[in-house]
Amino acid sequence: MKITRFAGAALALATAVSLVGCATNEQQPTTAAPGGESPATTDSPAGLTGSLAGSGASSQGKAQDAWIATFTNANPGVSIAYDGGGSGAGRTAFAQGGVEYAGSDRALKTAELDDPATAFQLGTGTQPWGKCAADSGIVQLPLYISPIAIGYNLDGVENLNLDSSTIAKIFSGKITKWNDPAIAALNPDATLPDLAVTPVHRSTNSGTTENFTDYLSKTAAADWPFEVSGDWPAELTGGEGAAETGDVASILDSGAGTIGYLDASRAPGHTVALKVGDQFVKYSPEGAAAVVAGSPLEEGREPFDLAVTLDRTTTDPSHYPLVLISYLIGCETYADANQGALVKSYFSYIASTEGQALAGEQAGAAPISDDLRAKVTAAIDVIS
Amino acid sequence: MTSTTQAAEASSPPATSLQGKPRPGDRNFAATALGAGIFILVILAAVTAFLLIQGVPGMLADPADAPTTLGQSANFWDYVWPLAFGTIWASILALLFAVPLSIGIALFISHYAHRSLASVLGYIIDLLAAVPSVVYGLWGSTVFAKAVVPIYAWLNANLGWIPLFGGQVSVTGRTILTAAMVLAVMVLPIITAICREVFLQTPKLHEEAALALGATRWEMIRMAVLPFARPGIISGAMLGLGRALGETMAVAMVLSATGVVTIQLLTSTNPSTIPANIALKFGEAGYGLNVNVLIGTGLVLFVVTFGVNALARWIVSRRSEFSGAN
Amino acid sequence: MTVETRTKPISTSLTAGKLPRWTTPALLAGALVVCTVLLGPENFAGGIALGAVVYLIGIVTLSGIVEGRRKATDRFVTSLVVAAFLIATIPLVSVSWTALSLGLPRLDVAFFTQSMAGIIGEGGGALHAIVGTLLITLAATLISVPIGLMTSIYLVEYGRGPLARAITFFVDVMTGIPSIVAGLFAYSLFSMVFGSGHRSGISGAVALSVLMIPVVVRSSEEMLRIVPNELREASYALGVPKWLTIVKVVLPTSIAGIMTGIVLAIARVIGETAPLLLTAGYIANMNYNLFDGRMTTLPLFVFTTYKNSGGTDVADLDRAWTGALVLILIVLALNLIARLIARYFAPKKPGR
Repeated sequence: MKITRFAGAALALATAVSLVGCATNEQQPTTAAPGGESPATTDSPAGLTGSLAGSGASSQGKAQDAWIATFTNANPGVSIAYDGGGSGAGRTAFAQGGVEYAGSDRALKTAELDDPATAFQLGTGTQPWGKCAADSGIVQLPLYISPIAIGYNLDGVENLNLDSSTIAKIFSGKITKWNDPAIAALNPDATLPDLAVTPVHRSTNSGTTENFTDYLSKTAAADWPFEVSGDWPAELTGGEGAAETGDVASILDSGAGTIGYLDASRAPGHTVALKVGDQFVKYSPEGAAAVVAGSPLEEGREPFDLAVTLDRTTTDPSHYPLVLISYLIGCETYADANQGALVKSYFSYIASTEGQALAGEQAGAAPISDDLRAKVTAAIDVIS
Repeated sequence: MTSTTQAAEASSPPATSLQGKPRPGDRNFAATALGAGIFILVILAAVTAFLLIQGVPGMLADPADAPTTLGQSANFWDYVWPLAFGTIWASILALLFAVPLSIGIALFISHYAHRSLASVLGYIIDLLAAVPSVVYGLWGSTVFAKAVVPIYAWLNANLGWIPLFGGQVSVTGRTILTAAMVLAVMVLPIITAICREVFLQTPKLHEEAALALGATRWEMIRMAVLPFARPGIISGAMLGLGRALGETMAVAMVLSATGVVTIQLLTSTNPSTIPANIALKFGEAGYGLNVNVLIGTGLVLFVVTFGVNALARWIVSRRSEFSGAN
Repeated sequence: MTVETRTKPISTSLTAGKLPRWTTPALLAGALVVCTVLLGPENFAGGIALGAVVYLIGIVTLSGIVEGRRKATDRFVTSLVVAAFLIATIPLVSVSWTALSLGLPRLDVAFFTQSMAGIIGEGGGALHAIVGTLLITLAATLISVPIGLMTSIYLVEYGRGPLARAITFFVDVMTGIPSIVAGLFAYSLFSMVFGSGHRSGISGAVALSVLMIPVVVRSSEEMLRIVPNELREASYALGVPKWLTIVKVVLPTSIAGIMTGIVLAIARVIGETAPLLLTAGYIANMNYNLFDGRMTTLPLFVFTTYKNSGGTDVADLDRAWTGALVLILIVLALNLIARLIARYFAPKKPGR
């Protein structure tokens, strides 16, 4: 009968689990999250209920967390989960119908939109964009604009000016010492130590890498002959690899002589000023917003497919061209109208000035320009 | 419970003959026990089958179909080779640290420390095994890696002419050597426990005979204890190797990997390991054929650990035939 | 050399050729003090290490001169063996110290009453992770214990011949399955049934079961084997059927040992991270349903918050270390419970 005693113990454990009860911070929507701000008063229709699932880019994970926290506090009946597993995973999950919306560090390519079954290896008979109504179009909204900072750890050097060809040489291993003449020429006032340069790059596929290499190959093609890709060029075996953005930050924090690119939300105290035109520009949300505002929309797209072609080679010193745009991807018409209403309301909140300001506060993101907001709002209006 | 008891009672009266009739309770119980045993075989077969079903397509995948994993490799084997090298290299380094230390610790507990202390000391070493691997990862990356940086810099400056210590020294300490040392700490308790067990099993007469002949304690250990314990030490080391090969989180959190093949221990370019690579890439690559590629690498790991464990058992069974009898 | 061998046997006094007892502590203390002072307080660890090396060289040289080569070797090995033990305690002390000093500040009520839903910046807790850990581990235990226990009963009471040998061999093989491979298996299984990218608590429990079953089989088998055969024979002699003998005699006799084994098996899997990373996933909300949706566990909570912290975000790092501390305490408590069960519930064995 000792066995029944064991069963009793298991039962007791199960009871203990249920007695633990609910988290005090959940299901009490009236109290704001500690450290968070009061729920935003959006114009979302009252009485929204239901749940949404999103998946995709880790870059906007922190902003998504903040948006979700504020939006669900304002709409207690709604629960939203965003899984920042990666852009590729998010696009595929959206194509397969696993999630209602996706976050992606690049817009879906026209080839992917034209033939999703091949691009995402959907099984035969699977309806592409599974959560959408049949024949529904796709909206792609550039709602998360984040400058990519180049951080460094160098004692006694408060300001560091670099141009793109020097950055390309540093990250491709052609410059190995901090007191290299190329760096010294750009920083006549700094006392550069005779210290080895340790460039830090992402070892996993990442939108940050894709934008960083895109910037280098557009502005310093001679020194950066590598393919633009989310993967770090295989030819470059030097430098230190970091799996995630957080790891880059942690390496920059602990190692003297390190330099690495990372999402501005995680930028360390010291960041490089980029040469734009004939001036040196530090990253700033304003600079990032300006370069996006000055970039044209990609041509040949559907009206609500707002893919931006970034102008990397800008010479306007109010621009900071090393920018990542992360898109929110959703359906024009959802198979479930309630989910359509939820997505519409949630996206509206994100596009609102409050939503954009919150992302700036929590994740260092740049707000979208009013011009772009008008286009985004028009696109959101068709969601149902 | 009650129904089966009744069934047993109903069946017990006829069972008076010596031969005994087959009783339904007995039959059911035996069948359940047999079923459980067979179920374990089924689970193992299922593990193998699922890894094969999901992994083989990844092994045969065209790099174009699995861009986030195979993107930069010619084929699967080109992709898995640096990982396999890193896995084995880190594990062997870990054993180089762990085995001598474990033998020393086990000897200290079994032959040097006072009897009343021995069990307490043994418990302290067991505590090392109680710390979850994610905690070692956290400790390794935030505390240990930073602590070893000056040591690495010194080694690199003074012994840099040895290829192992050559190259550009890492400023963060997140190197394969650090990962191997954290692995060593994690396998230490396993090897120590087995060594301690076999050291204590040394025939007391052998030890006393050696001491009576005037041997010092070390000579007694060298002549009586170690030869007796050799198969145990080897099997302990192999089990530790199996554990080190499969360890995931500690390596994933400590190591800064770039996917090269190198024997340099102190640089910031390090090979990754198969399990750490799966854990780190699974989120980003978790779709399409990329998953199959990762599962394929898991299959390779499974085969390698299976081989190591089988080899360990074979060595033990072969050695024990003549050393145990003596 | 020749001189030495000639002079040695001549000394007849018992104390001659032996270092006085105070040599060891005096030399050790001297070496440590001198070296730590020499290298200064900012390099304390280096001073200790150097002091140990100086002591080692000193004692071996002294002993070599006074006591001869064999004694010197013995002292050399003794020092190494003690050093091995002390080196092994360094990580333990360091891990415990770090976990305590960094984990205690956030070991507050909120940590046990809040989840991470809607938490920005400081605050929040790991209730969702603690509940998830308990549920998933409970499910894994409910799967593993019946299978493991019945298998060990089969091996001890029924198993003969090639099938039993095969099961024993494959249980050994299963012990060696890397935890990430168990996770891959559970992921493959559930994604084949429920579609790609499936995450749920139960798939995590299945992955943990693959790791837990062989441990349960191993320990239970050992415990069942030490039940004296006389007990079984006495029971058979009274006409009790074999299955009732096992249930009423063999199992109660060995239950303490079996329970100890089960608790230790739980302690082994409760800290697993890798398989749960692939199967149960991470979510900031509470989830009580094993069969639907992602479920956070404590190890994954530690891993995720650490990853989010980037080594710099203090609020995240504090949460990660507090999670690590709680995890260590849970595993320690389980080990302690196992020991207590073994001590207080063990039947008095004959002949001991």
